[in-house]
Amino acid sequence: MENNKNSDPRFKIAHREALIGVGLAIINFVWWFAFAYGLGDQTPEDYTYIWGLPSWFVYSCIGGFILMAVLVTFVVTVWFKEVPFDEEGGGPE
Amino acid sequence: MNVSVIIPLLLFLILIFFFGLWSSRQLHASQNFLEDYFLGGRQLGGFILAMTMTATYGSASSFVGGPGVAYTQGLGWVLLAMSQVATGYFVLMILGKKFAIMARKYNAVTLIDFLKGRYNSKWVVITSALSIIIFLFSAMAAQWVGGARLIESITGLSYTSALFLFALSVLVYVIIGGFRAVALTDTVQGIVMFFGTLILLVATIIAGGGVSSIVADLSAENPNLLTPYGANLDLTPSYVSSFWILVGVGVVGLPQVTVRAMSYKSSKAMHRALIIGTIVVGFIMLNMHLIGVFARPILPGIEVGDKVMPLIAQEVLPPWLAGIVLAAPMAAIMSTVDSLLLLVSSAILKDVYLNYVKPDASNQRVKKLSITITAVLGILVFLMALNPPDLLIWLNLFAFGGLEAVFIWPVVMGLYWSKGNKYGALASMLVGIGSYIAIDQMTTTPLFGMHTVVLPVLSSLVIYVLVSLFTQHKVTEHQH
Repeated sequence: MENNKNSDPRFKIAHREALIGVGLAIINFVWWFAFAYGLGDQTPEDYTYIWGLPSWFVYSCIGGFILMAVLVTFVVTVWFKEVPFDEEGGGPE
Repeated sequence: MNVSVIIPLLLFLILIFFFGLWSSRQLHASQNFLEDYFLGGRQLGGFILAMTMTATYGSASSFVGGPGVAYTQGLGWVLLAMSQVATGYFVLMILGKKFAIMARKYNAVTLIDFLKGRYNSKWVVITSALSIIIFLFSAMAAQWVGGARLIESITGLSYTSALFLFALSVLVYVIIGGFRAVALTDTVQGIVMFFGTLILLVATIIAGGGVSSIVADLSAENPNLLTPYGANLDLTPSYVSSFWILVGVGVVGLPQVTVRAMSYKSSKAMHRALIIGTIVVGFIMLNMHLIGVFARPILPGIEVGDKVMPLIAQEVLPPWLAGIVLAAPMAAIMSTVDSLLLLVSSAILKDVYLNYVKPDASNQRVKKLSITITAVLGILVFLMALNPPDLLIWLNLFAFGGLEAVFIWPVVMGLYWSKGNKYGALASMLVGIGSYIAIDQMTTTPLFGMHTVVLPVLSSLVIYVLVSLFTQHKVTEHQH
């Protein structure tokens, strides 16, 4: 059972999807950090505002969240593959 | 004492109670009590999976403590909280299909079952069980304090009676319903949190005279509230970023999260949960922390952070609506507590008792024991929470960090690195927990400007890899 670990085709899919997860987290972090500390670094008097909120906050927190929601939806619907979980009828019921 | 606030809250508790009852009927019909009680028979669909994950992340730390800190620190704390968006997709993608497949192969019902199947080591199992029992127990105590405080500030009951009320309602439905009840109530609670925070945010903005006017008030009081650096400019970028490990990606190692990652029905359910989970987690985190910040000009001078949410709700909403909205933080706390309770009792019963004390216990006996253990644990936590420590959020974060340092690499590397072995896993757990406690005890200021969790998580990875490589000859041809 153990030695077909890498030959199971489902694992290839699983490994790829885990790497995609790491990639998404890196994109998320860079976006979040760059806008927060890139735009938020001035003195508060010099801030620009969007919808009444400081622009660093809008881009980093609200924009970052929307970006991730869109990316995750895209990645999951386009790249993720469905695989069966019990091949040997292991589970009860 | 405000009756029109209390009635909707009570109705909510009763609704939750019926879910417990309904699930317990399914439990009675079940052939495999353990898998059903602790894992809901691995039948969760996408929506329920997303909601139960979300409700687990949105613990009291973020729901009651978080908005309170945001109230003091301003937008910088909302920035920090947004690192939690990553949990919405990261956990399920990393553990993902491989974890679901392996957990079924090992017939695992708990995280520890998985570790046992992967490493085949008694010491790994015992260390894991002990850390779950110790850390989750203290996390639970913190949550109960939060729950009781909330009831206290809504109803005007004394802390002790509030705690009693809370304990009773949690215990009843965890005991009768098990994991399925917990997952179902998580779903209701997730929905309540989603709309509750939205309504409260909108009402707060209206009460404050619009976003621009609130922001102007904040700026007049202390312009630092609008920066990413916190009210006293003490939130450094490296400190805030290190929360990506604590409440973002490190959550992969939390047992209450991993157990959910083995409970879903199919890969289709997982895909749906990824999308729904990301959106719901981000939305709730953003809304509720913004509420904390926006509450400041409307209700200045609140001293106890935990009271910000209840007070602002009663200030800006009509009483009956405040009751419904306040069910949201209540919901968050309850759903965290009940899953923790279930986990600790599964660690004791399934991982210790059934593995090493009495492996041949009958189904009937297991049933009785799991209910007894859950009840006894509940009473113990109740007694601890009677005399509560003040800083809820830190107590809770301590437990989170400790568990992450213990479990993250044995789980993740166990899944993706075939050379990882039991010696590596055990060493990594011990180093993770040991260095976490040592650093936490010995340092007063953040080490290298980062949260305590960072160094233990890194060093336990190094130890895992090194020890696994050095002991490779010891485990060759151990496979079967």
